[in-house]
Amino acid sequence: MQVVEPKAGLGVAIAATVKRDLTLMLRRRSEVINPLVFFALVITLFPLGISPDTELLAAIAPGLLWVAALLATQLSLDTLFRGDYDDGSLEQLLLSPQPLPALVLSKVLVHWLLTGLPLALMAPVLGLMLALPVGSFAVLALSLALGSASLSLIGAIGAALTVGLSRGGVLLSLLVLPLYIPVLIFGAGAVQVVILDGNAAPHLAILGAQLCLALMLSPWAIAAALRISING
Amino acid sequence: MTFRLEARGLACERDDRRLFQDIDLEVGPGEVLRVEGPNGSGKTTLLKILSGQLTDYSGELHWCGQPMRRARSAFLANLLYLGHTPGVKAALSPLENLAWYQALCGERGDEAERMAVLADVGLHGFEDVPVAQLSAGQQRRVALARLTLTPRPLWVLDEPFTAIDKHGVARLEQRLLDHAQAGGSVILTTHHELAPLGELRRITLGHRACSVAGE
Repeated sequence: MQVVEPKAGLGVAIAATVKRDLTLMLRRRSEVINPLVFFALVITLFPLGISPDTELLAAIAPGLLWVAALLATQLSLDTLFRGDYDDGSLEQLLLSPQPLPALVLSKVLVHWLLTGLPLALMAPVLGLMLALPVGSFAVLALSLALGSASLSLIGAIGAALTVGLSRGGVLLSLLVLPLYIPVLIFGAGAVQVVILDGNAAPHLAILGAQLCLALMLSPWAIAAALRISING
Repeated sequence: MTFRLEARGLACERDDRRLFQDIDLEVGPGEVLRVEGPNGSGKTTLLKILSGQLTDYSGELHWCGQPMRRARSAFLANLLYLGHTPGVKAALSPLENLAWYQALCGERGDEAERMAVLADVGLHGFEDVPVAQLSAGQQRRVALARLTLTPRPLWVLDEPFTAIDKHGVARLEQRLLDHAQAGGSVILTTHHELAPLGELRRITLGHRACSVAGE
């Protein structure tokens, strides 16, 4: 039997991985819906718990929305590699002749499409409940869309490191939350600036820069973390 | 071009316990190597090292004369590994599972081909049923379908006979024999008594000594 030369076909592998993960998530809808329900519940409780005073609510709305979205993303991270680890498809992914960083990037892309993006689209609706000025809705959604992509990428490093542990949830939060802080500061800052009639472009640019950095570095970190977890 | 997997002086320690040491082995075209030993003697660990998954070992591992670290991508393109867990997604159908494995190898493939392979492993009529609804043996058969679907010269199989019925075992033994005769090679662990398989070699892992023997 002849030796097989490593073939190209990375595009085929990425497309198939995205399609597979989308199909899987859409068949287990509760995993997609849980973070969104969590987000909606938390935001609904704040006006009840603090006060219905619109001025007060509008002042704290950007921070609240961002923190709730960040925690919702965090909640959904644990399942990112867990299922694949349990049924053995993770070791098959690691043994595929394709570059691992590209394959994990497609898994993270699916996570963002089904968690970060819906959260960003939902945020303006919940903003209404917090009396957020209508003019800031576009920036809120944009900042969350950009920021949650960074959150998915950074969080996936933690998820990859803790996938071999049976109760990695708390450890995952401890590892990942400090790295979320810059994204939170500039994300919530962008919305705050718009409310104060300023220009949000610098904040959004920094969020974009953070996303570029995360896109460049985290696939390699995730791949390395998965190899460590499998070795353990 | 022919291939050869060589290991020199492999040793592995787990939690301060020496699993095995000084293992020398060579696997080339047409050879079947069976790893034997009692439970906990490190068979799965050895297979994971030989398939390039574990890097936590001492000794040398070469693929076609090149150190594994450098030959990794060439090695992976020639390897088909089936582990303890079948590696099939419970929420996907057998067809969808196989389509993903084919795509991972960079091949688009077509559905007729996947249907034929599934019929060959005795899953005709179950192609679109979610794997979760299949029995353990049928799930294992979905994984085994990859042996035919994505031909690779080197097979590393960890307990491939688990949960397979008598008829399936005979088919799989024949499949292994055909593969070896076609110039492929197989490294496997099993507690099952194998029918005579061409050029079968054994390596026995024990708590103290390991030995390599031809048959």
